[in-house]
Amino acid sequence: METFLGIDYNVWWFLVFGGVISGYAILDGFDLGAGALHLFLNKEESRRIALNAIGPVWDGNEVWLVIAGGALFAGFPVAYAAIFSAFYVPFMVFLMGLIFRAISIEFRSKEPMQWWRKTWDISYCIANIIIALSLGLMLGNVALGIPLNKDHEFEGNWMSFFNPFSILIAITTLALFMMHGAIYLAMKTVNRLYVKLTLLARDFTIFFVLSFAVSTLYTLLYIPHLSDHLRTHPSFFILPIIMTLAIANIPRSLKNGNFRFAFLSSSITIATLLIMVAFEVFPYLIYAPNDPANSITIVNGASSLKTLKILLIIALIGTPLVCLYTGFVFWTFKGKVKLDEMSY
Amino acid sequence: MKRACSRFFYVYTKYFFMDVEILARIQFAFTIAFHYIYPPISIGLGLILVIMEALYLKTGDKRFELMTRFWLRIFALVFGIGVATGIIMEFEFGTNWATYSKYVGDIFGSALAAEGIFAFALESGFLGILLFGWNRVSSGVHFFATIMVFLGSLFSAIWIVVANSWQQTPAGFHIVGNGLEARAEITDFWAMVFNPSSVERLMHVWVGAILAGAFLVLSVNAWYIIKKKYLEIAIPAFKIALVVATVFSISQLFFGHKSADGVSRNQPAKLAALEGHYDSSARADMYLFGWVNNKTQETKGIKIPGGLSFLVHYDFNAPVKGLNAFKENERPTQVNSIFQFYHIMVALGVAMIALSLLACWYWRKGTLFDKKWLMYIFVWSVMMPQVANQCGWFAAEMGRQPWVVYGLLRTSDALSKAVSANQILFSLIMFTVVYTLLLALFLFLLHRKIQHGPETTHDEDDEANEAFTKRNNPLITHS
Repeated sequence: METFLGIDYNVWWFLVFGGVISGYAILDGFDLGAGALHLFLNKEESRRIALNAIGPVWDGNEVWLVIAGGALFAGFPVAYAAIFSAFYVPFMVFLMGLIFRAISIEFRSKEPMQWWRKTWDISYCIANIIIALSLGLMLGNVALGIPLNKDHEFEGNWMSFFNPFSILIAITTLALFMMHGAIYLAMKTVNRLYVKLTLLARDFTIFFVLSFAVSTLYTLLYIPHLSDHLRTHPSFFILPIIMTLAIANIPRSLKNGNFRFAFLSSSITIATLLIMVAFEVFPYLIYAPNDPANSITIVNGASSLKTLKILLIIALIGTPLVCLYTGFVFWTFKGKVKLDEMSY
Repeated sequence: MKRACSRFFYVYTKYFFMDVEILARIQFAFTIAFHYIYPPISIGLGLILVIMEALYLKTGDKRFELMTRFWLRIFALVFGIGVATGIIMEFEFGTNWATYSKYVGDIFGSALAAEGIFAFALESGFLGILLFGWNRVSSGVHFFATIMVFLGSLFSAIWIVVANSWQQTPAGFHIVGNGLEARAEITDFWAMVFNPSSVERLMHVWVGAILAGAFLVLSVNAWYIIKKKYLEIAIPAFKIALVVATVFSISQLFFGHKSADGVSRNQPAKLAALEGHYDSSARADMYLFGWVNNKTQETKGIKIPGGLSFLVHYDFNAPVKGLNAFKENERPTQVNSIFQFYHIMVALGVAMIALSLLACWYWRKGTLFDKKWLMYIFVWSVMMPQVANQCGWFAAEMGRQPWVVYGLLRTSDALSKAVSANQILFSLIMFTVVYTLLLALFLFLLHRKIQHGPETTHDEDDEANEAFTKRNNPLITHS
């Protein structure tokens, strides 16, 4: 097989796709978390500040989802086809969540009536929670594997997606995003709201640690094969260590008021979690527990070598550009939120 | 309850012959048609914003600033709904058309990935600066952001039209595997990108999109002119949009012709359907309007005899390949619908040219803004490019049937086998409800913004926020 810098093109694309997914989880993760905790903020002004903290960036963050979809479609079309037709129902719910999040942000500020704003606040909060939960649910099922027939198409009932493991992962995802979002908002606010958010960030960190501990315990007890790779490659145990240190650093940084470091730590937590999932799943994209021969791997699920090469070129040109202007936008809107006439 | 539901779905699907294929097609058509209301406005408005802001930077005239900021607010609204409905599209291939996705992923996927990373990221990245950056960045940087957003929207159209054109005129690929395993693999990336129809169709789409933006600006400003409101701003804005509309509606004549010419070379069955032409041995007519009887295979209406023959062969009497030259299962069946969509599009295209030229004529005579009847036409003219764009796409996509990839993969073979009719029906109902709500909210807010007018840098959001504080905070006294 042909390689680039000593690594297969298929593996390269797996890494790129994983990178994009991590980028999406880190970037949109804080938007989703900030939205999911929206109703914890009681005052009108607090809610406005929270919305404007993500206002200029959430749209750019959502682009990473679009890129991830394109990356999967282009590089691993068989997996793209199998995943989205299998997860038809949860994915439609997820998409509805995205629509409602977008329009709630957009429409909320347009009218002064209290009922209008309350309605959009609730719809906004619920949409974010649903997005986070359905993402987690799908991630859990991908990690677990879904039954496939020999044409790599899903054969089973979508009700089976609601298994205990995936539900635990869904809750963990929500908790993780809420922690991440609270830290982001704390970074962007001042005075009493800031104090409130540091307290919320602490609470959500506890919520996350607990749900993560339970899911880990469940995995070790009931789905031991999900730690096979870690057992056979002890050097990768560095990943859980990094993650533990990152999580432990969050309360410490929050206490010192060093929010950038706290935010960095929660970003690292998200990234290492996804890397561990990817590491355990590899080289499968979707494992088929009914007959492992039907599984979709990075080889049988991939596009042609030629396409993978083209894609890698596109990624090599595109990624620095995207990082450049994402960085520029974040830099433009750095610092604490100030409400002005263009605000939501 | 569950039984009643499944009973309902059973009766529904049986009685209305709603199988997976027809439901999936309805769902795709519905979601894409709804989505396509918005991105063309973004493209067209993007161009107009670039012009307005450039004029502001050049002259420093306050009117251009107010104009720019007013249309920025409308742009934000349109863009927001475009994004929300666009994300659905990217995943609908996987959810509803899994076999298709596997078949074309190698090719279609790379165009879509390029769209995401080169176009959409550019657009959405700079959008934040465009909408929230007016007081934060220098005017030069803001102008740069406006240009980037406009370019992003143009690039976006490139990749999407390339992907669609590849389905119409596949090139730069070979087929690997047989039966269910078969799929198209890329052999030449640039041949895929520049497949025989992509350039001419891209131009056609771009111009159609710019017209959608231009006529929206014309419509809103015509309304202000009728109401004698904000005339200081409405009149120059109207003139800017009128110039854009005139230039591009006339150029559409050329690009539209190029497109039709391409169809005659690449997709003769579609061309025959566009003009309801069945008999291959006869010369082909061109209709101004008419009616096709799908059963008797007759077309009646007002026509230019031999017009289509002339278009194809530059000879009024040359025979043109008709629908009967194709096997029953290799040509589109809904010929009358295709015919009507195509002719509505052409008629609207001509009407847009006539309307903008007429307005230019009165402008030159200096009486344009006294012609109230003309302004009333302009208020409604916003529908013309919208309807034309939709009809054009319906003609193009229905004319491609029964193929999803022309000559290679049938629509009926492209479905997701893991998805049932009930699931699609459920999501279709969900989309219908949510999109109706979206459209209602969009029109409501657009109306509010138009009512609010351009004569302030204050957003109505801000007023809404002040009103909120006043009403709900008795301790705060406003002086």
